Amino acid sequence: MDDRPDKKKPNQQKKSSSSSSSSGVSRRDFLKISGVSAAVPLVSEVSALAMADDVKELGPGKVPVTLSVNGKRLNAQLEPRVTLLDALRDKFELTGAKRVCDRGTCGACTILMDDKPVYSCSVLAIDAQGREITTIESLGEPGKLHPIQQAFVDHDAQQCGFCTPGFVMATKAFLERNPSPTLEEIKHGLGGNFCRCGTYAGMREAVMQAAKTTKGA
Amino acid sequence: MADETTKYDWPAANERTLIGKRVSRVDGPLKSSGRAKYTYDVHRPGMLYGSVVRCPYAHAKVTAVDTSAAEKMPGVAAVHVIQGPGSEIHWAGDDVVVVAAVDEPSASDAARAVKVEYQPLPHFVDDFTQPKNVPEEHGPLDQEDFITMLRNDVPDPQIVSALQTRGITFKPEKRLLDRLRENEVSESVISAVQSAPVKPAEEKPAAHYRKEAEQTKGDPEKGFKEAEVVSEGVYGCPVITHCCLESHGSIAEWPDSEHLFSHISTQNVSGLAGQFAQGLKIPAGNVHVHQDHIGGGFGSKFGVDRWGVYTAEVSRKAGGKPVRYMLERAPELEVAGCRPSAHARVKVGAKKDGTLLAWESESWGTGGPGGGGPPPMPYVLEIPNQRKQHVAVLTNIGPARAWRAPNHPQGCLITMSALDDLAAKLNMDPVELLLKNLSITQRADVYREELGIASGLMDWKKNWHPRGQGGSGVTKRGLGVAIHTWGGRGHESNCALTIHPDGSVDIKMGSQDLGTGTRTAILMVAGDTLGLPIDKIQLYIGDNQYPPDGGSGGSTTIGGVSSSTRRAAVNARDQLLAKVAPALNAKPEELEIVNGAVRVKSAPTRRLLWKDACARLGTQPIQAMGKNPGPGDLISSGVGGAVMADVSVDTETGIVKMNKMACVQDCGLIINLKTAESQVYGAMIMGIATTLYEEKVMDQTTGTMLNPNMDFYRLAGIGDVGELKVHMMTGKGYDERGPIGLGEPPTVGPMAAIANAVANAIGVRVPFMPITPERVIAALNPNEGGSHASV
Repeated sequence: MDDRPDKKKPNQQKKSSSSSSSSGVSRRDFLKISGVSAAVPLVSEVSALAMADDVKELGPGKVPVTLSVNGKRLNAQLEPRVTLLDALRDKFELTGAKRVCDRGTCGACTILMDDKPVYSCSVLAIDAQGREITTIESLGEPGKLHPIQQAFVDHDAQQCGFCTPGFVMATKAFLERNPSPTLEEIKHGLGGNFCRCGTYAGMREAVMQAAKTTKGA
Repeated sequence: MADETTKYDWPAANERTLIGKRVSRVDGPLKSSGRAKYTYDVHRPGMLYGSVVRCPYAHAKVTAVDTSAAEKMPGVAAVHVIQGPGSEIHWAGDDVVVVAAVDEPSASDAARAVKVEYQPLPHFVDDFTQPKNVPEEHGPLDQEDFITMLRNDVPDPQIVSALQTRGITFKPEKRLLDRLRENEVSESVISAVQSAPVKPAEEKPAAHYRKEAEQTKGDPEKGFKEAEVVSEGVYGCPVITHCCLESHGSIAEWPDSEHLFSHISTQNVSGLAGQFAQGLKIPAGNVHVHQDHIGGGFGSKFGVDRWGVYTAEVSRKAGGKPVRYMLERAPELEVAGCRPSAHARVKVGAKKDGTLLAWESESWGTGGPGGGGPPPMPYVLEIPNQRKQHVAVLTNIGPARAWRAPNHPQGCLITMSALDDLAAKLNMDPVELLLKNLSITQRADVYREELGIASGLMDWKKNWHPRGQGGSGVTKRGLGVAIHTWGGRGHESNCALTIHPDGSVDIKMGSQDLGTGTRTAILMVAGDTLGLPIDKIQLYIGDNQYPPDGGSGGSTTIGGVSSSTRRAAVNARDQLLAKVAPALNAKPEELEIVNGAVRVKSAPTRRLLWKDACARLGTQPIQAMGKNPGPGDLISSGVGGAVMADVSVDTETGIVKMNKMACVQDCGLIINLKTAESQVYGAMIMGIATTLYEEKVMDQTTGTMLNPNMDFYRLAGIGDVGELKVHMMTGKGYDERGPIGLGEPPTVGPMAAIANAVANAIGVRVPFMPITPERVIAALNPNEGGSHASV
């Protein structure tokens, strides 16, 4: 424990990056790649690997982290192992994104990173620096709901509501890609999120309504 | 004034302004905007984070615990040993040590530094193999054995004979005898227990199986002799978990050394103080419990649980600072929720016309270390001649908890599968078989009507075909049916409703909204009674400082809260009208409140707006209480439902696809049609997941759960559920029974209906849930072995 580096060691940093280029992908890089590419299907392997080339070794102690969330710059001291989800929830008290499976399966933690949906449990907070992060909190609030949120209310597409913020964010990203989806396309487009109470009947209707009301918005 | 008992009656259909309508849930905007604060979202000043050391063995003794290294770790505030040396662990993942630290990474590092030594003991996690040659117990009955026999409706002569021949280990005291009489236990049993020989307790053999007394009804020998057709089969479903999306857990803090404040994810806000008090040795009155929203419970969140108590303990050790500990996903699935399994070998006999004559079942299943009882069989249909034998399997799979409609889905699956196989043997449409036998159910008319409506929704007559004639292609289509029941009488409830002189209205209740729409229903009842829109009423629930309310389980909430709210609102309304009457120059009973105005019934232009009426109160608000049970007859119990499923099965891959499912459900008087329908949709979707995907898969070698995550403990996704149809029974014959619970009943039928649809499609029974592709292929190729060969 006493040899825990509190600040960056330039020689180690170099060694680490050279090993990554010789063996292709180091373990740390793999975590980055698998985390990012699994969560962002639209990011190609090539760009993920390109990112890995300039990885700096950080930690294991706390490091300064600056995130751009809902148009605001937020600063915190975080260990590099802290996920974006935990940073949002526990440091910045943006608790709309939920921690459920904590391993990129259920979608309850879905947020947008540069307008692409990602599972924030599978992105490290340090890797989210320099990206535009959008959470459910920026979409609307009671009294002035976003049309997608309103559609979820109108069609009762929520019961306990724990999965709802993730579904709303996934719907937002989905409708941006596909503004006029068919029912079949909705089934595939929202297949990355799970609901336990079973609100899918209302949800299909809600997404259809939202597709109509968000058009041109 | 109206009669004291009838004045609370539900308004007539033509007078209802809110009750029975479709109203969007009032907390919908908070939820869809991410603003709803669940326990998991609560941040308290200076909050610490918990991490727990869990036992990796399914059965073990703790021999040593060393927390010294953990205590010295940076950021660690307190370490608390939950189960110290000498403790026996009965399932993998059980809690041993809890650490509280300044953040989660520090807490998990410290938990990793705790050294625990175990002496592993033999474990047993096989609840699937049918127990053979299990000896009946012969030793004297302890009180629990006796009560279990009564609970399981063992016929009186059998209980009397067991009491006389085996004797008892307890002295039947007056309190017990009084309780028996209260529960209408027969005098023959009561006198037998009084005269039974009292013997010293014998140690029960340490066996994995506990055989329960055989139950018989009618004359099963004669019944089977008279039967013209007998069908035999084996059916079952595994242990599944609740998989609440918000895991169990709490944030505990001590404002001072004697008082606990707990934010906790619970279905039982008013019922936890006593449980905390017992575990923490403080008076129950010193415990404050709060919860705004809950991310799923499904029956698994009624207790403070071991983790509720140790989170409070470690907070106390940390000087009372708030400590959050919410279970991680793996322990959530391993230790925080199990629905008991049930398997049965069944024989059922009938006449050629389908009249049911006799039932015989040998069932087994596990509810964890305690074993558990048999599911209700035969389900819904009281077949006149029965013989039933159940063996409880005692395992290290984890403790059982109530899961929506405890034991009913299992009993329904086994019964409806057996009847469906019988119908196939009779070459009869299974709907016709049910219709033929409705006279042996408790609500023949309801089921007849529901089966008719469901048949219409599914176009059953056109789409049903005899078993195995699901088309000549690789993909076969089939239909299946099941009927179900539930009680659902409202629980105890207290409502405090206040009308303030400024016209504002608030309601306080120690209830909770599980996502079923409880908040909205309470407001609709109050609004309907007071002639106000629901946004003019402020509702406070989710705190044990409000008037106590029952736990939300067994579909008891709607009956409880709707009737207590109705009584409180009627009482408040009458007090207000009495105050206002002189100003309108009328008697109180001549007044009504409609659309936000108090007016004279016979002369509606003589009126006062709500605000002006309330101003007549002067400075003192009106506070009225309403209770359930209370005066008047507002609720009842007992409902019926019918489910039909339409599936396609790929006979090459074994994949089952849901085409369509319909549920026709009765629940008495519906308060909010919109959220009621949502409950039924949700129940059907949960049923699809339990039928096709869910199983707590145990590793026989290590005794641990192999799929404690949401990749391999799979729920249904939006693309898995097919078309869904819900029809709620309303109007005459239903409304006058008052509100009856709805959370449980529609969860019961889907598993049986889907399993029957699969059998109808592919021509053979897939006996065990979940109906995985592997099991479909095994059922289609019985000579090539398969996972059910051991039964």
